[in-house]
Amino acid sequence: MAIFLDQNSKIIVQGMTGSEGMKHTQRMLKGGSNIVGGVNPRKAGETVEVEGKTLPVFGTVAEAMKQTGANVTVIFVPPAFAKAAMMEAIDAEIELAVAITEGIPVHDSAEAWAYNVSKGTKTRIIGPNCPGIISPGKSNAGITPSDITGPGPIGLVSKSGTLTYQMMFELRDIGMSTAIGIGGDPVIGTTHIDALEAFQNDPETKAIVLIGEIGGDSEEKAAAYIKDNVTKPVVAYVAGFTAPEGKTMGHAGAIVSGSAGTAQAKKEAFEAVGVKVGKTPSETAALMREVINSL
Amino acid sequence: MDLFEYQARDLFEKYQVPVLQGLVADTPEQAEAAAAKIGGTVVVKAQVKTGGRGKAGGVKVAHSPEEAKAAAEKILGLDIKGHVVKRVMIAEGAKISKEFYFSILLDRSNRTFLALCSVEGGMDIEQLAEERPEALAKIAIDAVKGIDLAKALEIAKAGGFDDDMATKVAPIFVKLYDVFKKEDTTLVEVNPLVLTEDGQILALDGKVSLDDNAEFRHERDDMERDALDPLEAKAKAMDLNYVKLDGEVGIIGNGAGLVMSTLDVVAYAGERHGGVKPANFLDIGGGASAEVMAAGLDVILNDPQVKSVFVNVFGGITACDAVANGIVGALDKLGAKATKPLVVRLDGNNVIEGRKILADANHPLVTVVETMDLAADKAAELASK
Repeated sequence: MAIFLDQNSKIIVQGMTGSEGMKHTQRMLKGGSNIVGGVNPRKAGETVEVEGKTLPVFGTVAEAMKQTGANVTVIFVPPAFAKAAMMEAIDAEIELAVAITEGIPVHDSAEAWAYNVSKGTKTRIIGPNCPGIISPGKSNAGITPSDITGPGPIGLVSKSGTLTYQMMFELRDIGMSTAIGIGGDPVIGTTHIDALEAFQNDPETKAIVLIGEIGGDSEEKAAAYIKDNVTKPVVAYVAGFTAPEGKTMGHAGAIVSGSAGTAQAKKEAFEAVGVKVGKTPSETAALMREVINSL
Repeated sequence: MDLFEYQARDLFEKYQVPVLQGLVADTPEQAEAAAAKIGGTVVVKAQVKTGGRGKAGGVKVAHSPEEAKAAAEKILGLDIKGHVVKRVMIAEGAKISKEFYFSILLDRSNRTFLALCSVEGGMDIEQLAEERPEALAKIAIDAVKGIDLAKALEIAKAGGFDDDMATKVAPIFVKLYDVFKKEDTTLVEVNPLVLTEDGQILALDGKVSLDDNAEFRHERDDMERDALDPLEAKAKAMDLNYVKLDGEVGIIGNGAGLVMSTLDVVAYAGERHGGVKPANFLDIGGGASAEVMAAGLDVILNDPQVKSVFVNVFGGITACDAVANGIVGALDKLGAKATKPLVVRLDGNNVIEGRKILADANHPLVTVVETMDLAADKAAELASK
């Protein structure tokens, strides 16, 4: 199983012919993902040789889907064009759109999300400003290194890219069903709750690691959701205890304003519903190890 | 980025939101001239990005240019909650009959925009929201459809305006949404929106926050910005994501989440070593090169408060050998100027090559430690000496 992405996923890359798009298309192919083409209206009809594979370039997402049967798109286009790229993916009703692009104006993300909702939310959007999603041994849509860990019983959902890698690394001997980086922007397509729901319903996932950080109330809402809906064990980690108020810590969404969005409040919300919270990534991994050993 | 009140006023004016005259002054003489130009009674207002300036003596009414000069003399240089007043706005006086509240903001929790409106303005809006939530209308705004006149009327009526007043304020709400949308803001707040004795509606005070991610599509080169800490300015010039903090352990890492986590782990380790704390947040990014690493080290080693440096990298896209080369290169370049110990933890992509480069360089200031926790402990220990 795994969630949202598996061995049957056929992936196209919007912005494949750009330098980032090309680099990561290569990496995804090397990692075993089934990349079937790219999208760039200015290079439609051309082909690109990557990792010994000839990939066609299409003018639109809809055309690429029609020709290749693609059901996943990974978006690498620059911030100024990301809204249009997301809306194009939504119009084409592709199942999954993974927006890697960092630095998208929040009005653009909010518009793309509102557009998706108005169209019946037929497309699952992950990101923007995220590392994407990997189901180890099956497929990888995004920029997560493919070789950190293999398949296993842990589901991971995280706001942060490098903390995703760190946690996969800490638990590499156990392995993961799917690891999702949902992104650190204020408006994102897939939330902690969406991932929790999918992991709860995924028979391959036996336990869940949730990584949060300061800003917003996604973690607090996740805690409430866990209380009522998740029976699988969950271990959490929250970054940003030492972040001062009013300073943005790298991610556009990582900011403490007044008493809202603090790491302490998030930790308390998790603990109040019986979710253990690690003080450090390694302690969190140790807590998960205990959970796995007791299953 | 939050704007100063006068910048918000100017933006409102640009979109034909009714505002009073307002002129900025950096000296008492300029304040006097501005008051003479506006004429009549004026209000001298400290331009600081914090609340409670009225209570702190940062807002004074002046009935003549001489009084405005005297008021500016008192307000300029005032310290309001750590913000020193460098500029005042001289605003035309108004005879207020009623005060209202209106704002539009990004509602992150619901992934949409939200309009807040109340016919009961003037007081602290958080207090109103808490004590009488029914008096504060909260209307979700579709990010594609925005606020048209019909929506604006709905908001005004929900906020408690009668039909007559609603038709007067609604067109202003539409214009304020224009500000919100076209200027790429995450907050537009008018508090108070007032009805004057002669029946005018005016935006008397405003708060606006801009989305930093949208700067590329706006021309704001000549806009006054917050004075940066010198190290923050240097980091910004090198395109580094750096926040100065008040501690002794310099931090460099890749990825915002990992760096935030590193600050926490160092603070915990510091509890065991005399209470040393992280000195900064510095994210060299997911795909950092040797050059970026060197630039980051350069900023941190120039912080006189820093006593040790912790480089914490998980190589995802970043290759550990590039990071190691960056460290070695930066230390070579700095030569005898580099005097602070570096603790390095590398994992992930090309970690063996990276560790080998550091081992071969055998620099006396560099200690390589296997795990994030142990490295944090070592860095804290070195900073406490």
